Amino acid sequence: MNRNAGEEPVIRTRALAKTYGGLKAVDCLDLDIHEGEIFGLLGPNGAGKTTTILMLLGLTEPTSGSVKVCGFDPVRQPLEVKKIVGYLPDRVSFYDDMTAEENLLFTAALNDIPRERAAERASRLLERVGLGDSGGRKVREFSRGMVQRLGIADALMKDPRVVILDEPTLGIDPTGVRETLDLIVGLSRRDNITVLLSTHLLYQVQEICDRIAVFYRGKAVAVGRIDDLCADMIGAGPCTIEVEASGAGVESAIQGLPWVRSCRTEGSLKILECDGDRREEISRAIFEAGGVPKHLRLAGFGLDELYRRYFQDDSGGGDA
Amino acid sequence: MSIGRGASASVSRVFGRGASAVMRKEISDHFASRRIMILVSLIAVAGVSAIYVAGMTIRDTVAFAEDGAEFVFLRLFTTSGANLPPFTSFLGFLGPLVGLAVGFDAVNGERARGTLSRILSNPIHRDAVLNGKFLAGVFAVSIMLLSLTLLVAGMGLQLIGVPPTSEEMARILAYTTLTIVYVSFWLAVSILFSVYFRQASTSALAGIAVWLFASVFMPLIAGMAADAAVPLQENPTALEILAHERIRQGISRISPTALYYEAAASILSPHVRSLGLVLIEQIEGAVAGPLPLVQSILNIWPHATGLVAGTLVCFAVAYVGFMRQEIRAG
Repeated sequence: MNRNAGEEPVIRTRALAKTYGGLKAVDCLDLDIHEGEIFGLLGPNGAGKTTTILMLLGLTEPTSGSVKVCGFDPVRQPLEVKKIVGYLPDRVSFYDDMTAEENLLFTAALNDIPRERAAERASRLLERVGLGDSGGRKVREFSRGMVQRLGIADALMKDPRVVILDEPTLGIDPTGVRETLDLIVGLSRRDNITVLLSTHLLYQVQEICDRIAVFYRGKAVAVGRIDDLCADMIGAGPCTIEVEASGAGVESAIQGLPWVRSCRTEGSLKILECDGDRREEISRAIFEAGGVPKHLRLAGFGLDELYRRYFQDDSGGGDA
Repeated sequence: MSIGRGASASVSRVFGRGASAVMRKEISDHFASRRIMILVSLIAVAGVSAIYVAGMTIRDTVAFAEDGAEFVFLRLFTTSGANLPPFTSFLGFLGPLVGLAVGFDAVNGERARGTLSRILSNPIHRDAVLNGKFLAGVFAVSIMLLSLTLLVAGMGLQLIGVPPTSEEMARILAYTTLTIVYVSFWLAVSILFSVYFRQASTSALAGIAVWLFASVFMPLIAGMAADAAVPLQENPTALEILAHERIRQGISRISPTALYYEAAASILSPHVRSLGLVLIEQIEGAVAGPLPLVQSILNIWPHATGLVAGTLVCFAVAYVGFMRQEIRAG
């Protein structure tokens, strides 16, 4: 992301904190989220993601600290914020004795959108989330995945600049997850909507988020691009590198390198334990030994490792 | 529905469009709601049979009484027949149930369904939800009571064959308005409970408890308290009786049901000049005859004010609670 440093962030929090009784749900949070970006809040359940979201929307008052959304303070100017922020709550639900379209029209009425425009927008959004032919059905008959998609349409009814999605893929089957993620990416790329999403599922974050904040016990323990966060960790300690190379003298050449601590073979792969990211040096050594590297990969330094490092008591798991 | 549209436009001006959007949705919910249908049919059946029995009784008595024809139409509402209490008693007793049924899950129902946070993420004030729901309830209750009154009035007309005078019409209208205010009070009570209790069943039970207390136990308690404060001997003096009655009435008037019954009696019976005991000396020299409507209304103005004030208090408490609550579901 090439971000202009002077650009005003769409969402900015400073020293944001929320205490429930003695429990610090959110502690000293500093976030800057820029226009058009997909920002992920990642963390196990109860890490403070939803509380943060509610404070951004002005639905919960911060104990201390400040929030600005598009320059508005959600505590003082909640209506201004709610006009430009679409929200998909955790486990979203609708009036189930009304049809999908009626539910969207009700949201439109709350946003003071004239009826004709609202009807037109509702049918366009239903089409977009793949519910084009279910608009006249009662929400009672909908599956969880359909409700979730209707929720996204609902968040978009007000034509927002920012959408906040709390666990957008919870309870959806894998195909549904795929479609939802594509939809979210489309919001950012096609409509230039800033997307803030919270999830405890790693792979989604990895796939679609430009930047993430890793939440743990109310604190953002890491904020940045996923690659950078991984790179930080790699720089920090020893790592495992998988190598597959053709050529005769390659194996001994590699094993002779001073920073290779151990080497074992798994099928055609050699697994090297090194003291850091030595991929460049390894490929050079292979060439010098007259071989050709076919596969060279830093193993185990995906988001999995990142996640595990921050949450020893991993409760989220990784499914997609 | 042009009345609805007009109402929603003026609500939109006064309370903001959030309240009017909520109101429109709630009104259509009420008219489709089975819960309301059941209660309305219950009240309609009770009301129609009360009027029918009253009509039959009046037919018998008026035929023999020379002067009985005065305000005969109004008597339809206050006369009890064979085994049935009068129309006013039915409405006074069952009206609160309608108010409670309309509002008991107003806020906690949204919360339980998980729709509250979604609604409130839209640009409306939080009180728009309460206002919209209250106004929708009042609207639905008004439609219901007005049509019920017209229904029974038409039926009564056929039964006794005496058309109402304009004064009688005005009194019936005033009575209906009073009933709407009274039911709205109970609606506010139930909305209040729906804010403070997380479970809809708890708030329904709390509402019913208050209703039973106000309509059944309050009069008993008032009597007992008066007995304890001023025990009446074998031959009590007038002063003792007066003091006893004053205490009893004072305490029973805490109950909105008592206020409603007194006010209803005053409006529907023009001969009621004062509420409570009257000494012979006080009516000496008074010209016997009915009060004009304005005087009757003046008589019960404090009652109406009390009911409206009670409604406002419930509302204020509900507001305060709702503003402070966490919106997060579960």
